[in-house]
Amino acid sequence: MEEPVAENRLLRILIADDSDSDRLILKTMLKRLGHEVFDAANGLEAVALFRDTAPDIVLLDALMPRMDGMEAARQIKTRAGQRMVPLIFLTSLSEADALARCLEAGGDDFLSKPYNRVIIEAKINAFNRMRLMHQALSDQRDMIGARNQQLLEEQEVAKRVFDNVAHPGCLDAANIRYHASPLSVFNGDVLFASPRPAGGMLVFIGDFTGHGLPAAIGAMPVAEIFYGMASKGFDGADILREINQKLKRILPTGMFCCGAMIEADFKLNQLQIWSGGLPDGWLIRSNGERLVLPSRHLPLGILPPDQFDAGMDTIGAMPGNRLLMMTDGVLESGNAAGEVFGEAGVIHALDSVHPGQHQFDAVIDAVHRFTGSQKDGDDVTLLSLEMVDEAGFSAVPDRAMPSALAGPTEWRCVYEIREQTLGDFSPLPLLLHICMEVPGLRRKSGEIYTLLAELYNNALEHGVLELPSEWKHTSDGFDRYYEERRRRLGRTEGHFIRFSLHHSMKPSGGRLRVTCEDSGPGFDFRNHPVLVSDKEPGAAARYAGRGLLLLKRLSESVTFHRQGNHVEIIYDWDFSGIASEQGATVQS
Amino acid sequence: MPIQTRRGEDSQTLIISIEGRFDFSTHQAFRDAYEHGDQGIRYYIVDLSETTYLDSSALGMLLLLRDYAGGDSARISIENCNNDVRRILSISNFEQLFAIR
Repeated sequence: MEEPVAENRLLRILIADDSDSDRLILKTMLKRLGHEVFDAANGLEAVALFRDTAPDIVLLDALMPRMDGMEAARQIKTRAGQRMVPLIFLTSLSEADALARCLEAGGDDFLSKPYNRVIIEAKINAFNRMRLMHQALSDQRDMIGARNQQLLEEQEVAKRVFDNVAHPGCLDAANIRYHASPLSVFNGDVLFASPRPAGGMLVFIGDFTGHGLPAAIGAMPVAEIFYGMASKGFDGADILREINQKLKRILPTGMFCCGAMIEADFKLNQLQIWSGGLPDGWLIRSNGERLVLPSRHLPLGILPPDQFDAGMDTIGAMPGNRLLMMTDGVLESGNAAGEVFGEAGVIHALDSVHPGQHQFDAVIDAVHRFTGSQKDGDDVTLLSLEMVDEAGFSAVPDRAMPSALAGPTEWRCVYEIREQTLGDFSPLPLLLHICMEVPGLRRKSGEIYTLLAELYNNALEHGVLELPSEWKHTSDGFDRYYEERRRRLGRTEGHFIRFSLHHSMKPSGGRLRVTCEDSGPGFDFRNHPVLVSDKEPGAAARYAGRGLLLLKRLSESVTFHRQGNHVEIIYDWDFSGIASEQGATVQS
Repeated sequence: MPIQTRRGEDSQTLIISIEGRFDFSTHQAFRDAYEHGDQGIRYYIVDLSETTYLDSSALGMLLLLRDYAGGDSARISIENCNNDVRRILSISNFEQLFAIR
């Protein structure tokens, strides 16, 4: 680094002494050493000259008329402010009290009269070194300050980008409560929630090693993957596999993400949970009973894709049941005595919930009471998700991003999956994705997904696998159904399911025609109660799945062909609906 | 010294002992403990009997050691953990990657 003030530079020295002869001697001596000298005959003159000449060092007689050295020293030091100007008293005083007063007034040292050239030169050099060091420190401090300011401004901008990517999704839904405290500009914790096209919600809570910029950089792709895939209808396990693979590839060894994926299905009253490295979660039943949900997996970003287990645990959860998840910042919250809140703190808070108090509030209050005024030592994130009736869960904001491109309007495509692929791949995200290319269909993603899913599941389970839906009417049969489903999925040789999608424009909107064919033997649709009668659920729903009813209600028409293994549905949308919905979005 | 290393009696084992807090501040010392070791080391023991605390960056450092020692074929055991340390290792399911005794 270039030194702004060279050590050998000539100094500007201010001297003040009321004795003309002393002043002349000193002045001559200093000039001979090569310095530039300004001289004053009293304190008042010295202060004025200091202001005009901004000297590097000041030599000040202690006793002077009009203003003595003590007062001049005080004024000069005040005027110098942050700048270090060594101030040396010239004195013939020798009693300790007087010398001490000189230092109290701001003096840095003394020179005693009569003057000794060698001592004066040595002291001036010594103080000049100190002055330079002080100057270098100040310069560096200013530079660090400026850099830091620049860094903070850059982080603020980056944070705006980050917040757009890693937005909270539908975390403001009525059944979710959360607390997230950022430790620095970026938080090492992430919390995302998204409605699923098929209904229900996906929630991801994560904690990256470290915080600040490195953690935020890891969080961005996680947010993109989560929101992108969730809106296309992928399930939690698929998204976890994708996140793990991505993090494994981009993060250096030693950096990873502890996290949990929660898939809430409000129709089936069940939760699917995957937890890797987060503290225990809790499911709290309406009667207060608690179920511990421990982490069973390694954090994300550690295992290579072929060793990663995305298997989620399924837990029945009725409306009113609450899931509580947290990052380790909650457990590591410390108090003034250096103790940590810990799992015991969480359990104690849950044990002492008041009647009518939300468990979420109980835990947050307990953490705050525990830590008092201590600052959070780590990012603290706490989430509570309540199971709700599907009906009560409609106010989910739709953040599906429309593409900047105008979509295709007239198209046809055929997609057929065959053989083993039937057993280990779901075509639904892909098919939904194709349909979502049509701008007019984007707002209908939930309905389209449901139609595609019902068609596919009927074709697979009843068509290809020939599973009788009556089994699902008893709980034993339910287990047997899914056991059998798993078994038969291993034997799909010679089978196929073929989707044909056809979209066309109409004067007032568009029409999506979907046919789904399968290689199964079909069924007797001519006598099927749901298809024969136009009546609402009641008696008919007992016989066959709700799937057919859904198809009938959501679409213009459902037609069965051949021996029942060829279904065609017609789905119409119109511009007016789209226009008013978009209008509503603009206002909100 | 918070981190000490010694050879086991079989001369093929490197024993790394960590005293006090095992966190980011020990990063360099921990890497030095195994990276500049002699050739011929085939087994690693991370002795945590004197470790009072372990955080997620320490978990990351253990993963670095695992990579250094051969990844899936690494032979590393983590020994003598106290209850708190043991709990953090088990929350993170590190028993799937290390022998924890």
